Amino acid sequence: MKETTGQEDLLRGIWRENPVLIQMLGLCPALAVTNNVENSLAMALATLFVLVGSSLLVSLCKRFIPGEIRISVYILIIATFVTVADLTLQAVVPEIHKALGAFIALIVVNCMILGRQEAFASKRPPGRALLDALGTGAGFAIALVMLGAVREILGSGSFLGVSLFGPSYEPWIVMILPPGGFLTLGALLLCLAWWQERQEVKVSG
Amino acid sequence: MNASHRIVTASPHIKAADDTPTIMWSVVASLAPVVASAVYFFGPSALLVLAASVAGALAPEALLGNRGARSLRDGSAIITGVLLGLTLPPGIPLWMAFLGGAFGIGFGKLVYGGLGQNVFNPALLGRAFLQAAFPVAITTWPAASKNWWALQGDNFAFPLMSPKVPDALSGATPLGLMKFEQTSTPSLDLILGSTSGSLGETSGLIILVCGAYLAARKHLEWRIPASILATVAVFSAILYAIDSAHYPSPVFALFSGGLMLGAVFMATDMVTSPVTHRGCWIFGVGIGLLVVTIRLWGGLSEGVMYAILLMNALVPFINRATQPRTFGALEAESKP
Repeated sequence: MKETTGQEDLLRGIWRENPVLIQMLGLCPALAVTNNVENSLAMALATLFVLVGSSLLVSLCKRFIPGEIRISVYILIIATFVTVADLTLQAVVPEIHKALGAFIALIVVNCMILGRQEAFASKRPPGRALLDALGTGAGFAIALVMLGAVREILGSGSFLGVSLFGPSYEPWIVMILPPGGFLTLGALLLCLAWWQERQEVKVSG
Repeated sequence: MNASHRIVTASPHIKAADDTPTIMWSVVASLAPVVASAVYFFGPSALLVLAASVAGALAPEALLGNRGARSLRDGSAIITGVLLGLTLPPGIPLWMAFLGGAFGIGFGKLVYGGLGQNVFNPALLGRAFLQAAFPVAITTWPAASKNWWALQGDNFAFPLMSPKVPDALSGATPLGLMKFEQTSTPSLDLILGSTSGSLGETSGLIILVCGAYLAARKHLEWRIPASILATVAVFSAILYAIDSAHYPSPVFALFSGGLMLGAVFMATDMVTSPVTHRGCWIFGVGIGLLVVTIRLWGGLSEGVMYAILLMNALVPFINRATQPRTFGALEAESKP
């Protein structure tokens, strides 16, 4: 494995290897619960918590996890943190917990989290695993909030529940429905690919 | 391509006069009577809505098309805009019509790679987007106004803002009346087009005449509309014979809603319809069955748009399944 600095470990997940926008991981929550900014933020924070907790624990326990059953052990560790997040959300913000529904429990099977354990946390010291988890979780949060912002502004005419265009705004109902998630993600990826292509042309030309 | 250059190509070397712009512009020309009928029935609102949807279709094509503004020359974006406009109610705000056109070309055509690459009919995709985004505005049909010059509904609603439509003024389409109030509309009104409905879908007769002209010039595959209309007629005749109290007559089924417009101008889009003759029959029969099914047992009163879009998705498979055998080729024999 290539040696990296701590700074690289932290920054890599935020943009250059953004889990949603570049690696296309964790798309299920990214499409399902981003119909407004509030839900996106809650989902992003819950995922960040689970990712940081499980990366740290996996990295600390890596000597004691037998290679043959490592995936099941990772899942158990992740599920522990998901249960904590689930119960905390239910106690603190029951409304959001209700809106996110089954998708909180489904953080367990978010391939982004399992991927970081297998690819990074299980091979690196706890400090690095922590930095990597923070960066990846932040990248996930950025992508989710971008999706949630576009969908909430167009689909409800508001941002974080604050009305932007006044009462006579005509909401684009499709944007808060599932097709809106696919359309927004597709458009976002289109813009990103376009921007990258332009950067490459600038560098080479 | 510049004709003065000598271009070496493989055979055949017979040159046909038809190229993409010729065909596209002849379709545009054949839509003129349909547009005229829309203006006759709905007044200046019809022109405004059509202009907005055409502008919406041209904008992304000119800005993002792979040949820039020159992409407009083949006229295909204009067809998309006009066809989209013809499927919209006359009272729709102009900004919605513009948005539908821009979405249809942007997401329905350009993201696939432009003319000839798209899977779905761009005009119908634009309409499907509007239907999903603004389900109320797109199913609000103002009752016919006595004054021809009066605008229908609230065309000039400020962009992104809701149209203001007085509730008392909404009139239902023949299909809506049939589905939700069990009342039928006189057949003659349906055939001539003096009913409530979207801009271009009221006069079945004019659309049929325009379609016949295009079919005679071979710019339109006659098998597609023929099979769609025949399927709808036969299927509804069977249902009508079983229970005439619940199911509409075949004449009603043929001339109501967007069936004529869809069968003649939408389903026959060269890019999104099958290339083989057998495939065209399958495609048309599929659309016909879906139209009747959605109209009678679905939640919406009209199903032509979804029927065509669903069959569009199957076109690659229909093409593969109906590929003709090479002349003289034998079935693969079992190896000795």
